[in-house]
Amino acid sequence: MLSGKPSVFLLMVNGQIESADFPEFDELYCKYSYVYGHDWAPTTGLEEGISQITSKNRDSNQCFVWNFPMEITFKSTNPFGWPQIVISVYGADLFGNDVVRGYGGVHVPTTPGRHKRTIPMFVPESSSKLQKFTSWLTGRRPEFTDPKVVAQGEGREVTRVLSQGYVTISFNIVTKDLKKLGYDSIPANQTSDNTGF
Amino acid sequence: MASTENLREKIKSKRKALQASLGGSRQVDDNRASVAVEIENGARNENARKVEEIQNEDEQVENLKRTMKAQRQRRKKMLIDDIDDVHSEESIQEVNIITHQQRTLPPLPVPTPRTSFAEYSMREKMREKLKAARSKAQSAIQQEEASAPPQHLTPFKDQTSVIQFDTEVDEEDMKTAGVDELPHPSSKVRFHEIANKIKQKSKDGFPSAEEAYNFFTFNFDPEPEEAEEKSKKQKRVGAPKKIDHEEESEGDWDEEESTIRTEAEEEEEGEEEDQPLVKDNMDNEDDYLFIIDQTARDFLVIRAPDYESYYSRQQKDKKVLFTPSILTVATSEKIPEDMQPRFLEDEGIYVGERPKVSKSNQNILEHRLLKNKEGKKWFGSDGRIIALPNPIKQTYTRPPIFSLHEKVDPAIETFYKKAEKSIDDNRYIAGSMELQGRFQLDIDISGIVFTHHPMFSREHVLAAKLVQLYDQYLCRQQHNLAGLYSDKLCALRNAVKSITDYHHVHISVTQRRLVEYKSEIRTTRRMCHMEQEKDWTLLKNLVKVWKDVKSLREFQKFTNTPVKLCLRRQQINRKADEINYEREIQTEVAELLEDYQEEYENKLAEYKKKYEEWKAWRKAKKAKKKKKKSSDEQETDDTEESSMFEEFPKPDPPEQVDVSLVEQQVRTTAARIRRKPGEPVLTPELSMTATVTPTNQCPRGEQLRRQDVQRSTLYAKIIFNNKEVSRTSSQTLSADFRIHFGQIFNVQIINWPESIKIQIFETMGMSSTKTEVFIPIPETTVLTGSALIDEIEFSNAHRITFDHEGVGSGVPFSFEADGSNQMILLTSGKLACSVSWAVREDGVPLIPPVLHENVGVQRSLKHVDAILSIGTSGLTDMKKLARWAAESRLDPNDPSNACLMQLIMSATSGEALDHDYFRLEQLQEEFNFVSDEVFNKSKRFRLLQLRNEEVAEFHNFKQVPILDREISEKIFQEYEKKCHEKDTVDITSHLDPHRALVARFLQKVRDSVKNRFLLAKHHYILSDMVVEEAVPSISSGDSRMLGISLFKLAEPRRPLRPRRKERKKVTAQNLSDGDIKLLVNIIRAYDVPIRKSIGGKPALTSRSARSINETFSTSQIPQSPTQSHEWFTNQTSVRPFVEVSFQRTVRQTSTAEGQNPNWNEELEIPFRAPNGDYSTASLQSVSDDVFINVFDEVVYDVLEDDRERGSDVHTRVERHWLGAVQVPFSTIYSQSRIDGTFRINTPPVLLGYSKERNLSSERGWEAVRSLSEGSYLSLFITVEPHLVPGEAVNEKMIEMLRKLETQEDEKLLQKAEKFQKEVKQKFPNRRCVTLVTDLTGKLVFITRFIKALSPPQELLDAFPQDYEATTELVARYVSLMPFLPDSISFAGICDLWCTSDQFLNLLAGDEEEHAVLLCNYFLAMGKKAWLVIGTAIPEGPTAYVLTYEQNQYVIWNSTTGQYYGQFDAFCPLQSVSCLVSADNVWFNVQKYETVMRVHFDTSKPNLWKPFFSRNFPFPGLSSVQPEELVYRRTDKAAAVELQDKIEKILKEKIMEWRPRHPTRWNRYCTATLRQFLPKLEFSRGGEVGDDHSAELQNQLGDYRISGFPINMSFSELSPIIEAVHSTGVHNTMIPQVEFALAVYVHPYPNNVLSVWIYVASLVRSR
Repeated sequence: MLSGKPSVFLLMVNGQIESADFPEFDELYCKYSYVYGHDWAPTTGLEEGISQITSKNRDSNQCFVWNFPMEITFKSTNPFGWPQIVISVYGADLFGNDVVRGYGGVHVPTTPGRHKRTIPMFVPESSSKLQKFTSWLTGRRPEFTDPKVVAQGEGREVTRVLSQGYVTISFNIVTKDLKKLGYDSIPANQTSDNTGF
Repeated sequence: MASTENLREKIKSKRKALQASLGGSRQVDDNRASVAVEIENGARNENARKVEEIQNEDEQVENLKRTMKAQRQRRKKMLIDDIDDVHSEESIQEVNIITHQQRTLPPLPVPTPRTSFAEYSMREKMREKLKAARSKAQSAIQQEEASAPPQHLTPFKDQTSVIQFDTEVDEEDMKTAGVDELPHPSSKVRFHEIANKIKQKSKDGFPSAEEAYNFFTFNFDPEPEEAEEKSKKQKRVGAPKKIDHEEESEGDWDEEESTIRTEAEEEEEGEEEDQPLVKDNMDNEDDYLFIIDQTARDFLVIRAPDYESYYSRQQKDKKVLFTPSILTVATSEKIPEDMQPRFLEDEGIYVGERPKVSKSNQNILEHRLLKNKEGKKWFGSDGRIIALPNPIKQTYTRPPIFSLHEKVDPAIETFYKKAEKSIDDNRYIAGSMELQGRFQLDIDISGIVFTHHPMFSREHVLAAKLVQLYDQYLCRQQHNLAGLYSDKLCALRNAVKSITDYHHVHISVTQRRLVEYKSEIRTTRRMCHMEQEKDWTLLKNLVKVWKDVKSLREFQKFTNTPVKLCLRRQQINRKADEINYEREIQTEVAELLEDYQEEYENKLAEYKKKYEEWKAWRKAKKAKKKKKKSSDEQETDDTEESSMFEEFPKPDPPEQVDVSLVEQQVRTTAARIRRKPGEPVLTPELSMTATVTPTNQCPRGEQLRRQDVQRSTLYAKIIFNNKEVSRTSSQTLSADFRIHFGQIFNVQIINWPESIKIQIFETMGMSSTKTEVFIPIPETTVLTGSALIDEIEFSNAHRITFDHEGVGSGVPFSFEADGSNQMILLTSGKLACSVSWAVREDGVPLIPPVLHENVGVQRSLKHVDAILSIGTSGLTDMKKLARWAAESRLDPNDPSNACLMQLIMSATSGEALDHDYFRLEQLQEEFNFVSDEVFNKSKRFRLLQLRNEEVAEFHNFKQVPILDREISEKIFQEYEKKCHEKDTVDITSHLDPHRALVARFLQKVRDSVKNRFLLAKHHYILSDMVVEEAVPSISSGDSRMLGISLFKLAEPRRPLRPRRKERKKVTAQNLSDGDIKLLVNIIRAYDVPIRKSIGGKPALTSRSARSINETFSTSQIPQSPTQSHEWFTNQTSVRPFVEVSFQRTVRQTSTAEGQNPNWNEELEIPFRAPNGDYSTASLQSVSDDVFINVFDEVVYDVLEDDRERGSDVHTRVERHWLGAVQVPFSTIYSQSRIDGTFRINTPPVLLGYSKERNLSSERGWEAVRSLSEGSYLSLFITVEPHLVPGEAVNEKMIEMLRKLETQEDEKLLQKAEKFQKEVKQKFPNRRCVTLVTDLTGKLVFITRFIKALSPPQELLDAFPQDYEATTELVARYVSLMPFLPDSISFAGICDLWCTSDQFLNLLAGDEEEHAVLLCNYFLAMGKKAWLVIGTAIPEGPTAYVLTYEQNQYVIWNSTTGQYYGQFDAFCPLQSVSCLVSADNVWFNVQKYETVMRVHFDTSKPNLWKPFFSRNFPFPGLSSVQPEELVYRRTDKAAAVELQDKIEKILKEKIMEWRPRHPTRWNRYCTATLRQFLPKLEFSRGGEVGDDHSAELQNQLGDYRISGFPINMSFSELSPIIEAVHSTGVHNTMIPQVEFALAVYVHPYPNNVLSVWIYVASLVRSR
């Protein structure tokens, strides 16, 4: 590097997939992965992860708690293609088949600090009643070809989805050099002293 | 007895009193009643008692009255002696009390009624005071009561009768009875008055003890009185009838009172028992004389209660009460008589629906209305009550509110709306946030001067005019414009003079200036004259008006106004003045003359020109004329001329200006506008010194006027923002119509002033007029103290006339006697006031912040007359303003113009210039985050843009640097070059100009096709997005049935029977480097060439048995000594191993032995996608090949010394290339796995190796098979993980294409679709191709591609006799066409089919093109040929050619030129699904599809399903192929050139590949090889090898040669290099190795080149 001016900015994400709310199901686990643009590259941390299976809380609110930590640092030269986290939740169905219970995704928050996101989860619907039945029977429900399609808008018009529940994620975001490169993601009313490492 | 008259009067008066006190009396009754309840005795008793009491009382009262009469009279005379009065009242009180006492005597003494009686009208105080006394009395009475009750009953009855009697008797009583209680209250009132007084007295402190004493001691003689009364009553008994009569008559008399009366009667009737009695008593009051002698007993009448029958009561009720019936009223009653009810509705007139009222209610209402006199007016002509239409609408007029929360009633749902501050607030409330404070406006209203007032007299009007004119005069005088102009004129004249004097040389500048000056002089003179004229007329008007005033004064004989005009005469030097005047005249004349002269000259010049024209014209005319006639010239001339005059008028010469005339003109003007020379200068002076005639000397009209003037007053209201804030005091209008208020109002404001208005109210008597004056809001600079008083004019159009001298307002009047010259004057005047902003004590002005910044600018301009010239709108247009300034020649030095000039200066010099263009998106610029210039300059933005456009070079560019300087220019170089090349042909970079053209054309096609399918590429279908199990079809395949699959669920698991598990398919997106591996499983090889050696005898024996058409030399190769070594070290004939190289990664198997080695090894090779992009499109376009090379590992013993052999092992391992299999990655990718046995491409000559024939081969002997003699390799290649091939894209393409244009018939298309669907259902794995895409992206039916096309004649001529050889040659020719898979050229798009001519032009194509071409050639050669659509290894879906020759079917691989028999086990064609001929397509409906088991008899419909059948016959589709293929002869020189080029490049490359070793080239060998290569070509790789190797060995005896020729078609250089590299010849590490490399390029027609490369390594053997 020639001068003090950085050529990349860093985005550090840590947080956890805290809990989920799937009223109809039990014994779920989730996977997460990131989708990001061409100008982004992960530097450290895990890009993908799969959680433990958790059972429904037996009390009244019946939520699933994973508390599944995640930590990753990205470097990038361009905010275009800002990373998105894609969550997919799976669980066993009546016959013990592992079926998908929901897909969902959300952009990693752009401002430093602690954020909490609740992501609605959905699954693709079968294209016909018969298929719905057979898929239920065989335990092979329709799935996205790639969970990451939920992070992109292209081609979604051909799908029909069904809402399933919610997943709550908490993020702690730290950015570096974002402002130095001319991207001011911090709202005016927030002090900017928490941007650096 | 009083007369009836008297009686009546009395009754009347009493009645009145009764009415007044009716309520009171009732109350009394009530009181009485309430008290009565307390008493044990019944009501009757009570009544009786009452009567008694009253009687007693009355008696006493009468006594009292008698005594008091005198007093009362005294009182009347207003001579009341206080003390006396007190006494008398006291006595009354005493009497009153006495009555109490008295009552104690009769058996029923009830104190309460009495007290209440007394109490009735007494004030409360009195009551209280009395309480004490009363209680005493009560106690006393009660005592007596207790003693006396029994006596009482008998007299009660008597009394009533007596009373009855009494009432009957007493006329007066009766009359009062009619009046009823009337006398009662009056007497009571009187009583109370008295009692009051007593009370007061007692209050005043009279000893109550004394009172009490009197109370108890005073009265002891009521008894006789009572007796008296009784007797009197008895006397009266005789006249009851009379009374009745009287009553009746009364009813007649007093009609007005009738109602009251009836009421009274009713009451009377109700309370008959006591009422008459009471009346009686009351009467007695008045006629006390009459009763005096009667005793109380006389009045006591006791009577049985009257009962009135129900009926009579009802009758009575009927009289009084009205009960509306609920029965329907007859219509006739409701409408005026003799009118028919009219129903508007029936007549077609719209009548609204009436509000709903129940019938009975309506009837009741109607009855009620009818009862009234004017009740009928409530009814309409239809006899119904007039009613408005029902206002209730049936529908909702308000839209229903739909709520999100359904439970909440929409009407009461609340929305939270955040309070927001309106912007308008700031507008009104000045100083919103920052400036909290009050602001103050000081409004100073000093006075009003009327310029016209309705009460002006004529003289006033004139005087006002005079004053006005005088003001004007003064103003003009002050400006002195005439003087200014004349001065300017002087100055200009001087300037002209100086110019003409000193600059005789006509310099253009001075000339121009002179002209300018002159024109300016002209205008100035004109202005000057104008001003002078104005001044002069003003002066004259002034004098005239004054004269009018004077005459008016004389005429009316009084003076109303104090105006007086004096004309001051200023004598001047007559002579000098005259001279001056004359001089001015002269200069003017001179100037004018000059102007005229100039004008004249201009005109003259014009005239001359015209005249010339005219002359010429006339000449021509004359000439014509002369020809015509010579005689009578004069006449004709004249006529001609006259006629000519009409046609071409002879121009008039301009007149010379007459000097005298001009002078005359000037003088007259001067006389008109100026004072005459020598005349004194007149200066008018207006003074207010004239004496006004006193009012009393004026005529009456004037007097009235003046009175009116004095009476009228004025005041002004100050209205701020339309709210009155204050008003001035009212001032009287003075005689001179001036009003002085002189008041300052401090208005404290918090709102921004919107308007300030002053309303002037003038009140004159009752009438008042209002005039409004708007006052401008002061600028912020106007502060109190510095503000000047402004005079604001106002007027009022109110029309006022007077009958006196006042002229009125808005009324025409005239000064003339005859009424002519009328004028109308409106009330007008000037308000002198000033508005300014107040200043605080500390000097801070109390001004709200300025809102409009431009206010100041406009204000400052207001005074300049620019507005007049260009209008107010022009002020904002600076250009216009500037132009105006330039045109009007504003004097920039004039201080009055200073601010304007400054404005113009700043406007013209500043940036406020207008743009000359119009822009549609004028705000767009604001949204651009950088300017276009910066954007274009930035490399980063360019890179991002290109990446976004998916330009191939930048498609998956990662991490575009954030800074421009980190992006190297090189990135774009290539791209720019490519863009550049699109238009210019760069021959130098390519070896062959034609190839360059082809490459470019290909690129263009690729681009156009790419664009065409760009849309489709981003068009997703469900399967792209969602992985879903297909619906198990019930009809097809048994295993796919739902039921069976259900059974399968229940099937017992059989772990010992492993089943193939489908690998999970992975989409390409989520892959990265290192994720993908290529798995190559090398199983075994067959017939690997073996080393030629001495020990290789069996080979020779086998060779003798070879087929006939193989020419084999029997000459033995002399064995070199090294080979004996070899033989010793290598016992086996060959030790092959396989090396797989892919993307320059090399893996190799272990070494096996023998010519049929078995490795069974899996090699794993990592795969890298280009640019790390693992998208489907990107993977499809990977053009890398997998090279599978078979090598022979040769171990040489290099141990030099034999003695050490026992102890040392020193060997060198060499590897000799035996052959290769080349599999493109695209095939692997699209096939996902490749499994099969491939022919190893062995070079025709392998030096040092020979093919070992295995006679005992289980394959048996077949003639055809021998043709395809070769080595084979069994392979299994796949990609791990399983990548999803992009086939869906292709399918979609077809879908899309179908929607795109096609030239095929719609019917055909439908049929094709149907056909395809049908067969797909039955045989989903078999490819059915009917419609294919041509190069332009259109769908074309496949049969159109098949057409007999003759191959180049050259080829046919090559072997005129040998038909088979010709066929082979043609196949070879086709196979030499470079192979370029579509998936690479049209990455991710689809399979495109070229016609044969396109193919020949492009010289690149895949299997289809080759097959089509070959098929066409075969057809031309008269063979039976079909196109076979099927799958083959390694290509996958492909096209082969099938021919039927000599009773057997031969399958041709068009890309390699090889052919196979139907039953050849090593035929790469694995399955056959379609056969295509020029006129039909057959689909394989046989059970089996492998070549060996397929019957190729297309005539059997149960084996082959034809597309065109009897139902749908072949419509005769014309071919898309050209009529004939035109072949170009290839330039041999070019081929030689290319040959040299390739050789040179390859040599360089080999040296390059051996960086650490010297590379020596054996020229001799190279030359030998070069000779040999054409032979190879001639034999098409045939069996020349052995001869050749023998030859070689002979020539290069000392060398051990290992090498081989490579043959390939030429497309580009890189594949050649790659091929050479893959052989690994350069890898020889033997020291002193020499290389030989020969290249031969054989040209075929149409630039098809066959390249032969002979690579050999030579090791000198000793």
